[in-house]
Amino acid sequence: MIAHSTDPMPYQTVIGLEVHVQLKTRSKLFCRCENRFGAAPNTQTCPVCLGLPGALPVINQQALELAIRAGLALNCEIPPLTKWDRKQYFYPDLPKGYQISQFDLPICASGHLEIVDPEDASATRRIGITRAHLEEDAGKSIHDEAAGRTDSRIDLNRCGTPLLEIVSEPDLRSAAEARVYLSELKLLLTHLGVSDCEMQEGSLRVDANVNLWIDVSGEQVATPIVEIKNMNSFRSVERAILYEADRQFLAWQENGKTIRTEPKTTRGWDDARESTFPQREKEESADYRYFPDPDLLPVRIPRAQVEAARENLGELPAATRTRLEHEYKIKPYDADVIVNQGPAMIRYFETVAGLAGDGRRAGNWVQQDVLRMLKDRGETIESFPVSAAALGDLLARVVAGSLDNTRARDVFTAMLEKGQDVASAIAALGIATVDAGAVDSLCRELLEANPQVVEDFRGGKQQAIGSLIGQAKQKNPNANPQAVREALLRIVATM
Amino acid sequence: MQATREVAAEQIVAASFASIRQSEPQIRAFTHLAEETAMEAARQIDRKRERGDPLGPLAGIPVAVKDVLCTRDMPTTCGSRMLRDFRPPYDSTVVHKLRAADAILVGKTNMDEFAMGASTETSHFGITRNPWDHERTPGGSSGGAAAVVAAGNVPLSIGSDTGGSIRQPAAFCGITGLKPTYGRCSRYGLIAFASSLDQVGPMAWSVADAALLMQVIGGFDPRDSTSLEISSDDYAAAATDGDIRGLRIGVIREAVDHEGLDPDIRSAVLAALATFRDAGARIVDVHLPHSEYGVPAYYVVAPCEASSNLSRYDGAHYGFRAEPNAELAAASGPLLATYCRTRGEGFGAEVKRRILLGTYALSTGYFDAYYLKALKVRRLIRADYDAAFQSVDLLVGPATPSPAFRLGEKVDDPLQMYLCDLFTVGANLAGIPAISVPAGINPSGLPVGVQLQGPPLGESTLLRAAAALQARTDFHLQRPQR
Ligand SMILES: [Zn+2]
Repeated sequence: MIAHSTDPMPYQTVIGLEVHVQLKTRSKLFCRCENRFGAAPNTQTCPVCLGLPGALPVINQQALELAIRAGLALNCEIPPLTKWDRKQYFYPDLPKGYQISQFDLPICASGHLEIVDPEDASATRRIGITRAHLEEDAGKSIHDEAAGRTDSRIDLNRCGTPLLEIVSEPDLRSAAEARVYLSELKLLLTHLGVSDCEMQEGSLRVDANVNLWIDVSGEQVATPIVEIKNMNSFRSVERAILYEADRQFLAWQENGKTIRTEPKTTRGWDDARESTFPQREKEESADYRYFPDPDLLPVRIPRAQVEAARENLGELPAATRTRLEHEYKIKPYDADVIVNQGPAMIRYFETVAGLAGDGRRAGNWVQQDVLRMLKDRGETIESFPVSAAALGDLLARVVAGSLDNTRARDVFTAMLEKGQDVASAIAALGIATVDAGAVDSLCRELLEANPQVVEDFRGGKQQAIGSLIGQAKQKNPNANPQAVREALLRIVATM
Repeated sequence: MQATREVAAEQIVAASFASIRQSEPQIRAFTHLAEETAMEAARQIDRKRERGDPLGPLAGIPVAVKDVLCTRDMPTTCGSRMLRDFRPPYDSTVVHKLRAADAILVGKTNMDEFAMGASTETSHFGITRNPWDHERTPGGSSGGAAAVVAAGNVPLSIGSDTGGSIRQPAAFCGITGLKPTYGRCSRYGLIAFASSLDQVGPMAWSVADAALLMQVIGGFDPRDSTSLEISSDDYAAAATDGDIRGLRIGVIREAVDHEGLDPDIRSAVLAALATFRDAGARIVDVHLPHSEYGVPAYYVVAPCEASSNLSRYDGAHYGFRAEPNAELAAASGPLLATYCRTRGEGFGAEVKRRILLGTYALSTGYFDAYYLKALKVRRLIRADYDAAFQSVDLLVGPATPSPAFRLGEKVDDPLQMYLCDLFTVGANLAGIPAISVPAGINPSGLPVGVQLQGPPLGESTLLRAAAALQARTDFHLQRPQR
């Protein structure tokens, strides 16, 4: 285990990510087989995706549309012409002996993704997107090397599933940034309906290219690039990068090897051991012999199609954050938290804020009370028992002064636990609106019983009144503290 | 073939198999015979006819299919040990169309392994002999498909043509063979040799029969992205019309004056031109200046695509598989060892030669010099044709440099074998249609062919001119004596 130095890092970590996402198409990329996860092995196949002799690929238009949608959201250029190339290597899970991919004319080129700076919620960082291209997925080899014999089985259901490979520029400068980038990418792609982005199901896969820039007496030295594979969660991506940065720094201190002398190598991430280990390169990977696939024609993408897709994008998460900040006067951090929860939470918040008539109060409630409860209960906002309308109703009463925040929390808890609506929860808690006359007589009574307070107040100690508000609350829990304060001030002035 | 409407399909198919039984021991043109299913299919056609049900345009007609097209009910071997026992779970589109037209599939015909060859000598199932002279090749790679028509086994067969594989055997066997425009016939279920060059096409006794078959197998197929989404012409009408008055025919000087061209073939081509002139066509000289680079460009592009297309034969999923011996497995690991032995033993020498050529040409450092250069040449060849078709309606030249050569004569000399494609690769590289029709019998009694080439989708013009030739000559009616 390598300990992280607590001193300022003597180096800069440089990270580029290659992210593969499975597109949410109805059928596979080049055949009519259903694109579905979890079916029994080798049941979602046909001559085309099995690569049987004579079978031919036909492009799935929906995959093109989703790729264009993703590309536009990533501020990419969508070229007028894109084409297909064969990437050739031998492997049992690749039944044609080549993968149909895109080599030199990808469907999306040179874009960027704005992410929230993990060190400053009010600042953003722009991460370059080198390219994003479509390709077909391979099958899955299931290795069983028990008892010394090598027995491999292959599930070809995944063969031909559409993937979009999104390649970032080496613009990420920390493991935390890499994680924010991945979260933002996932948020964007799920928001757009492009992909489910579930790392556990393999619908999002990440390879990280990592090296260091080390300042050596004013001169910058770069360590050899390492590609990290086998990471199965955003958390493990973060940890793998942290580990790899430390490892590379120590390695550089030991051997002085730099990017100039060493080729890129591949290392796997071992989640249990929390370390990276050298991976043997595929022997065939030396030369993929890319060439244009003669079975597929280049695809022309009309400008009108691109413009229509752009118009259909709708509001993207970054724009939603800004809009929520301005429209509801909430803090950037709160807007970020709400938007990162996805479209359902944004809708929930906006409904609550609208009904309550107080965006900031709604923001606090959603960001604190609702999210905490969701987390505790392991629920999603879609199945949360307190609807946006109910919470909006509750907060509207707080805003109107008929409930204070503390009592409102009691009502919220009752609504959540007993499934009551606002009115019945209030009734069940015995919360009744106390009329102004009752408040006045309560206050008069308290002022008369506490002459010292009245004296202090007259002597200029305004805060002396505060102790009477607490007493009023004890005598009548339903009394609104704000109304009590106002009544006390009004009566004391006449005494 | 018009007579077939009155004769029972069962009789016709029985006669076909009787003919096959007689010639097959010498010719060996089939890799698979489907007598039982063919007879049953014929009886079904007869029952349909009796009931007065509508019948397809090829009802009851026996058709042989080159063993490169996938058939659900027959093995599909590509003449290779690699696919010796392969039974596809699906029908190729062309086979599907044949069945839909009520044709009777009698069996699968022999071919050069994976369609790589010009003599049908590289098949894992042995050589096929020319019905005109058993010591000679029927040509290739569709040698079996040509031989079964020439031998009178069937009136129609299906071949495939990547660099001349329909036209050269048609010329060697004295029959008609059409390579359609690239994209006119679906390649779905055609086992790929070189995807950008492969086309399925009809082979027949006469132009009229070829046109009838073309009508059935042509057309758009959504399963083939390179298929043309344009409806077919009325080929049968073009082939019966035969009116070529005013047609502008270009003589390809580079071909007719080629020093390697057999003088008897040159005479036959010139005689055909005279016939066209007599029929009212205008004959002019035309040049295809880049034609000499056709064969070199073809032997880069085709192996490149083949090396990739044949990667799938790795022993992991279907077809031949050789288990590695312990020594090889220990040295290179069980996976690589299985690949090496499977591909080493499953493929024949010519296929391996072309895979190596293609793999080399696509490798980093060679890609530009070979593959990209060949593509440039291909564009120049296409431009030559485009320019020529500005002033003429079709081009005439020889189909082959020589008549059918002796078995064994070229099989050990790949370069000599590759030169068989001299006059045919141009049409594949340019994607244009071309037809070979019988144009004479040489002094040794061997048939020779003339080749007509047309602009993209110019099949009707080719068929019309070829029909005009057959209306005025009887070479297509001559049959081998044996
Ligand atoms: Zn499929």
